[in-house]
Amino acid sequence: MVNREVVGAHYGLRDWLLQRITAVIMVFYTLILLSALYAMPTFDYMNWKALWQSSVMRYSSFLFVLALAFHAWIGVRNIFMDYIKVASLRLVLYVVVILALCSYFAWAVQILWGR
Amino acid sequence: MRFQIYRFNPDQDSAPHMQEYDIALEPTDRMLLDALMRIKTVDDTFSFRRSCREGVCGSDAMNINGKNGLACITPLADVQEPVVIRPLPGMPVIRDLIVDMSQFFKQYHSVTPYVINDTPRPDGERLQSPEDREELNGLYECILCACCSTACPSFWWNPDKFVGPAGLLQAYRFIADTRDHATNDRLDNLEDPYRLFRCHSIMNCVDVCPKNLNPTKAIGKIKGLMLKRVL
Ligand code: SF4
Ligand code: SF4
Ligand code: FES
Repeated sequence: MVNREVVGAHYGLRDWLLQRITAVIMVFYTLILLSALYAMPTFDYMNWKALWQSSVMRYSSFLFVLALAFHAWIGVRNIFMDYIKVASLRLVLYVVVILALCSYFAWAVQILWGR
Repeated sequence: MRFQIYRFNPDQDSAPHMQEYDIALEPTDRMLLDALMRIKTVDDTFSFRRSCREGVCGSDAMNINGKNGLACITPLADVQEPVVIRPLPGMPVIRDLIVDMSQFFKQYHSVTPYVINDTPRPDGERLQSPEDREELNGLYECILCACCSTACPSFWWNPDKFVGPAGLLQAYRFIADTRDHATNDRLDNLEDPYRLFRCHSIMNCVDVCPKNLNPTKAIGKIKGLMLKRVL
């Protein structure tokens, strides 16, 4: 294969925008979580358990983990783009990161809805 | 005045080294470039580029006490001794302070830095309203000295793929020009994770630009237009 410098994968804007949107989601979640903790009458196991039974908390946490996964994916890939110069190694690392993030996501769902 | 200067002659040296100079200056030596010329009178093996000696040609960009700048408009009164002078960071060194700028200019050319307009040529000039012309201020003044791009970490890591602040400032200069009709192609050309979006708004470029230009702002405007285009 000819060794050419190739650029022009048209996903720059999409990722840039996604990273900003997910950041905003995470800020909102942090505010929700902090105010929920603040509103707790006493900080004990019963209240803690009740907090995580509420569907508001579950669904907002679900959204948070989803946002976190995308945000982390874009950020980590940006780091690899800068420092890993060998394309094949970069691909392997991308796959590893995607698998890790997917399993974290599944794990988070299990924590939120499992028993 | 004391200086520590990066010296490298690939024909003779196996590795670069820093050379010390202690130079008696004349009262007429006001700028750093004057001092470098003075050094050259005692050591004519010392090499650097310069031309206009008044901050308009952009050829004497170098790293002065850790910060990129033009020697000809850096007052000697403002620099701390010993003055440590190195070539622009991240660029291949040809000799001493002379670096190979081809990658930098390749990126500059990649943004088609000229007005593209296929409509028939009018009798006189293509006119702009004063308001439209206003938008080009802070863009057209760039002298392509490369202080900004060689201070940008994203350009250090990907000089072959990331256009860099200087090239992107010029990209916006032609996007902002109402006489240019190729905005869409220009945005397409930059819609890429490397070419434009390697910029993470670190603003090193703004910090060093000797003409006080703001590439980060121009880059933000390009991103804004791209966003507007998809919304
Ligand atoms: S933007 Fe400023 S620092 Fe960059 S090349 Fe132009 S004049 Fe030099
Ligand atoms: S703002 Fe962008 S272009 Fe300027 S130094 Fe930072 S990364 Fe480079
Ligand atoms: S010699 Fe021309 S900019 Fe300094």
